[in-house]
Amino acid sequence: MNDADQTTTTGSVTRMTEQMTGVGASETPDGLRVSDLNIYYGDFLAVRKVDMTIEPRSITALIGPSGCGKSTFLRSLNRMHEVIPGARVEGTVLLDGEDIYGPGVDPVIIRRKIGMVFQRPNPFPTMSIAENVLAGIRLNSKRLSKSAADDIVEKSLRGANLWDEVKNRLDQPGSGLSGGQQQRLCIARAIAVEPEVLLMDEPCSALDPISTMAVEALMLELKSEYTIVIVTHNMQQAARVSDRTAFFNIDGTGQPGYVVEMDLTEKIFSNPTEKATSDYVTGRFG
Amino acid sequence: MTQSTIESAQGSGVEGRTGRFGDRIFAGLSKGAGVLILVTLAGVALFLFREGYPGINVDPSEMDGSDTFIQYVGPLVFGTIFAALIALAIAAPLAIAVALFISHYAPRRVARTLGYLIDLLAAIPSVVFGIWGIRVLAPLLAQNVYPWLGDNASFIPLFSGSASTSGRTMLTAGMVLAVVILPIITAISREVFLQTPRLHEEASLALGATKWEMIRQAVIPYGRSGVISGAMLGLGRALGETMAVAIILSPSDGYFWSIITNQNSNTIASNIALKFPESSGLEVNRLIATGLVLFVITFGVNALARRVAAAGFSGADG
Amino acid sequence: MSTLATSMTSRRMSNQGHVAVGLATVAVGFAVSAALNGLSPSWVIVWSFMLYPIAVYVSSRILEDRRQATDRLVRVSVTLAFVVVVLPLASLVWTVIREGAARFDATFLTGNMRLTPEDLAAQNGGEAVGGAFHAMVGTLIVTSVAALIAIPLGLFTAIYLVEYGRGRLVKAITSMVDVMTGIPSIVAGLFSYALFVLILGPGTRTGLAGGVALSVLMTPVVVRSAEEMLRLVPNELREASYALGVPRWKTIVKVVLPTAIAGILTGSTLAIARVIGETAPLLVTVGLAQETNLNPFDGRMTTLPVYTYYQYVQPGIPTDAGQSRAWAAALMLVIIVAVLFTLGRVLARVLQPKGMR
Repeated sequence: MNDADQTTTTGSVTRMTEQMTGVGASETPDGLRVSDLNIYYGDFLAVRKVDMTIEPRSITALIGPSGCGKSTFLRSLNRMHEVIPGARVEGTVLLDGEDIYGPGVDPVIIRRKIGMVFQRPNPFPTMSIAENVLAGIRLNSKRLSKSAADDIVEKSLRGANLWDEVKNRLDQPGSGLSGGQQQRLCIARAIAVEPEVLLMDEPCSALDPISTMAVEALMLELKSEYTIVIVTHNMQQAARVSDRTAFFNIDGTGQPGYVVEMDLTEKIFSNPTEKATSDYVTGRFG
Repeated sequence: MTQSTIESAQGSGVEGRTGRFGDRIFAGLSKGAGVLILVTLAGVALFLFREGYPGINVDPSEMDGSDTFIQYVGPLVFGTIFAALIALAIAAPLAIAVALFISHYAPRRVARTLGYLIDLLAAIPSVVFGIWGIRVLAPLLAQNVYPWLGDNASFIPLFSGSASTSGRTMLTAGMVLAVVILPIITAISREVFLQTPRLHEEASLALGATKWEMIRQAVIPYGRSGVISGAMLGLGRALGETMAVAIILSPSDGYFWSIITNQNSNTIASNIALKFPESSGLEVNRLIATGLVLFVITFGVNALARRVAAAGFSGADG
Repeated sequence: MSTLATSMTSRRMSNQGHVAVGLATVAVGFAVSAALNGLSPSWVIVWSFMLYPIAVYVSSRILEDRRQATDRLVRVSVTLAFVVVVLPLASLVWTVIREGAARFDATFLTGNMRLTPEDLAAQNGGEAVGGAFHAMVGTLIVTSVAALIAIPLGLFTAIYLVEYGRGRLVKAITSMVDVMTGIPSIVAGLFSYALFVLILGPGTRTGLAGGVALSVLMTPVVVRSAEEMLRLVPNELREASYALGVPRWKTIVKVVLPTAIAGILTGSTLAIARVIGETAPLLVTVGLAQETNLNPFDGRMTTLPVYTYYQYVQPGIPTDAGQSRAWAAALMLVIIVAVLFTLGRVLARVLQPKGMR
């Protein structure tokens, strides 16, 4: 993208958001609004009829038993599920009022605005720590001055609470870090491109408890700037970090997953509306 | 030491005499087979040297041409390497592109069939490639391409001289060699490209990479060493490939840089194939000696290929 | 309404845009062809193909953006590379079938090359004489010799490497197998020749020598594939067998080999397919004969690849007759290789133990 592009796109964001909310986009993002979303793999309906509002600058947790489609749903929020051949969706996902599945929408741009952190840490093994952080930036700006690059690396690594641990070995391979450090490196890599939303797919499931604490603490810091959606199997984790929780369930294998209920996290864990939810959160199944 | 390991593993006393006896025979047989391979390879070097030595050390006046061995083999070594490099220069980029096409661009079902076809093509005998080259490719190039290159590009040394009208040139031979080694490089590259961890590909896509950016960021760094060693294996195959060159090339004695004329340095393998059946006495020894030289060259290239592959894999894992 | 550029759409070329780029490319190809090569349809096509990636890049660069343009350039180039590679291969298969079919007849399949004066006269009159039965028999014998040496040798070596071997010997054998993989086929032929000079004296050519030469090429392929298959057998199976008090060799014969047999057979079949078309080593070790020779220990033999070579480069008079026989033999070779290759794949699928993939 060249400079002219940048200006026009920013301009249109502002214009559109102003029309809808009356405020500038950079101050208050609008979060994600999912309506009537069906997700298919080929003919198989994997997730049915999701309606959900994901509040900006908060943490939304998706919980539920294995195979209920929460990861599939998460991946559909930045069109990453399209990587699997035959995957498609019906319905709309609005980011700041625009449908990410609208005609002509470029998934490449969506994924810049909605970043993702995966279950297993996946820094690029052939790149150094610094190069890993810059991986997303390099895609867009052909020339990046040394000092600008250094600034981004430091800012992102500080943002991911990793700077102090790695500042002396930025040119060493990212694969040499511990699992928890690698995962925070992946978070630094994701926030380096300054997305609006950060999707996290069981980010702590491959980590030990101490690394998990570090990542959770980081999430709580990040929510002042980013809208975070996290899939987790760990209900304590959902209770500890999230503001709102959605409970997914499935009626049986081969059946589509669906949202049972979504509410403030305290309510879901203390006084849920649905019986299935209370059974799940109290550990009676799943 | 091996024997004792086996016995300690087996020495529980549960098995009877037959077990231990059978084990000894079986272990002996399999170890013998392994050792026989070592012996065979030593034999290859030894016998080639034994039969080749008289050809190296011969007094030039005893041979019909009055060259020393070095003078004799020099142009052949040049021709061998030249032809193989031309083949590699043509085949490697195409093979990598085709491997990417199969691994990342073609629809999955199509890709499986294509992979099968490429493997099959690697098994087609080179003599068939050779007669196809002389029948189809050589006249095609001689009519359409070489005259044009001779007229318009002769300032480049590679295209100087009078263009061949038969098409039996170094370039034609190099192109047919390229067709021969293409399936090999493609198969290896496709394999390593397919092994790229999905996690790394997704990491790249999630950062907003286009397909090509994802390939550049995740697939190529991961597969680089595998591709290089595949290319080196292809080079090794091209160096030793005999029939395609023997059928196509019109050889002359000496060093020739132009690749579109009828005067070409022959390759070692092709020279052996052309001369061996009609040779006797010291001539045979000299040809075997050139074979030894070829063995040494390909050995070097293959050793390098393995070094590259080994270095790459430990790097990717670590 | 949706044409309004938003923050999430990127500028995309329309379908009409792509068609326009394609047409423009052909137009330029037309012009270039006219200027450089004189107008001919094939040159217009060649130039259009060569210019198309550039056209796509330039137009995408103007109408879309740099990243999109690069992405498109790679996609088009990679697809074109595939077409460029398929063309010679398709041409090869087509040529072999077209030229080979002419003489793929009963005389070819049953006759040999001992041609009587009457035969030669008939050939001059344009009749189909001469065949390759002796060459097929020769190929069968030489390849069988090679397989009889290489498959047991390769299999036992693989068993040693996986089941018994420890330490330095394993390393030595593994790296020597690697070296063997890279031996040029003509060098294998020279080795076998030099070996048999020692046994039978200089200048002899036998089917056995050819078999030995091919076995040198075949053994490493068998070792590699068998080794890979044996390593795929889960260790739990071996341990279960040891725990029952079964000796190691019986465990290998009764448990390990049956589990790996599909892969081993496939590997061996593919190894045969790999060497059955080898020409150079047989040129050096087996030579050429006019008639069937069933004895691999004595005298020259004709094999299909060598037959193909000589019929093509020394076709005699009229040249067409010999070269037609060469093409028929080439067709035969391609069919044999394709059948063996497919057989290998089918074996792998049929014999695969259930539950292993």
